[in-house]
Amino acid sequence: MSASAMSGPRLRPSFLGRVLTALAAMLVAGCLSGCGAINRVPTLEEQAKSSWSEVQNQYQRRADLIPNLVETVKGYAKQEQETLTRVVEARAKATSVTIDASTITDPEKFRQYQDAQNQLSGALGRLLSTVEAYPDLKSNQNFLALQSQLEGTENRITVARRDYIGAVRAYNTEVRTIPGRWIAAVFYPDAKPMETFTATPESERPPSVKF
Amino acid sequence: MGSGEARRRGAGASAVLLRPIATLVVLLAVFAAAQAGAAEPDLPKLTGRVTDAAGLLSAEARGGIEARLKAHEDKTTDQVVVATVPTLQGLTVEDYANRLFRAWGLGDKAKNNGALLLVAPAERKVRIEVGYGLEGALTDALTKVIITTAIIPKFKAGDFAGGIGAGIDAMLAVLDRDADAWQRRATVREDSADPGQVVIWLIVILVLVFVVWRMSGGSGRGRVGRGGGFIVVPGAGGGWSGGFSDGGGFGGGFSGGGGSSGGGGASGDW
Repeated sequence: MSASAMSGPRLRPSFLGRVLTALAAMLVAGCLSGCGAINRVPTLEEQAKSSWSEVQNQYQRRADLIPNLVETVKGYAKQEQETLTRVVEARAKATSVTIDASTITDPEKFRQYQDAQNQLSGALGRLLSTVEAYPDLKSNQNFLALQSQLEGTENRITVARRDYIGAVRAYNTEVRTIPGRWIAAVFYPDAKPMETFTATPESERPPSVKF
Repeated sequence: MGSGEARRRGAGASAVLLRPIATLVVLLAVFAAAQAGAAEPDLPKLTGRVTDAAGLLSAEARGGIEARLKAHEDKTTDQVVVATVPTLQGLTVEDYANRLFRAWGLGDKAKNNGALLLVAPAERKVRIEVGYGLEGALTDALTKVIITTAIIPKFKAGDFAGGIGAGIDAMLAVLDRDADAWQRRATVREDSADPGQVVIWLIVILVLVFVVWRMSGGSGRGRVGRGGGFIVVPGAGGGWSGGFSDGGGFGGGFSGGGGSSGGGGASGDW
């Protein structure tokens, strides 16, 4: 008698609890798999990393073009020795600072990398503007080809940077906002927000977009 | 006393419950706003191989260029497209061309074999934007030469149709020269890739069949046939979807195949 009176109320909450737990688990599982949320953090991370290697490729390509350019300019514009030296030094510095995809979460290293590349951009810009004073050089076929390659590379750098900024924005938003943040905390404890480029006057002209 | 405390505790509990919900709502709102802010500039629709939004070309000039572009695409699958725009909307010609190229998805998704000749008469800018897959043929230096020698002189004289036609001829000549070597490479690659792919798919299918067989009754009753509803179609991913209606001539259903560009090519002004 007393046993059945006791077991009634004790059974009901435990049964209810089990149903609730099952429902909650189903809800969470459905939500996670339904939106593909559980795979979003690593997917976005890989996308950001591959965008980063594209950025690095294009910077490397620019660095590879510079020795040829310097040689060509040297033949025509000997009095620009100082500008040339500055380009060579900036290139040496820029190629010595490298970041691979696993360290793009390090703000200090990222800043160093960006500074070195910006310095090289500045030195290159000065060199190319001095060229205006040398008509022979300006009409040299080799120089023209190098110049167009350099322009193309600068443009690819811009595109690669834009893609990287977009990929990092998507990834950082995912790791910092709610479902992604919890998922990252539970399943991907290594996932940290990544660093991104800050716009610099010479490398990024702000587009005045009209909507 | 006790009931008052309980009530306060109840209020505290509901606040604890409410706060994450409020945070979530705010975060969602911020996210939505951020997405809305990152809108693209207003790009013209891809209406055909020559999308003349600035109205620079006569009907027959356009038809002639389109015919050449179509003949080239039929032969090589390279998707070369001409666009003229009334305004660059404050963007640089490089930025605008890249966004337009990606919005239109020129070239095949897997081969990225598209190229775009963009003319902006208001800004007096011209650009050849090259997809990833054609960068080896239409190099930056070569596209620069095409712009300065074939296009700019005609544009300076006000002959837009002639400049665009000459530019397209030069681009197609470069791509034609490259096409033989390129096709040879493509066939070699396909031959070497195929057997490996088939073996992998066979293994996948066998594993699936085995799993389904074990699950649907195991060793005893072996009802293999009913369980496996899988149809796995082997083959190269990402089909060529740059479809166009053959009869329609220009316009009608022409679309990009999902190709992309990383900013290859060159620009010029006149």
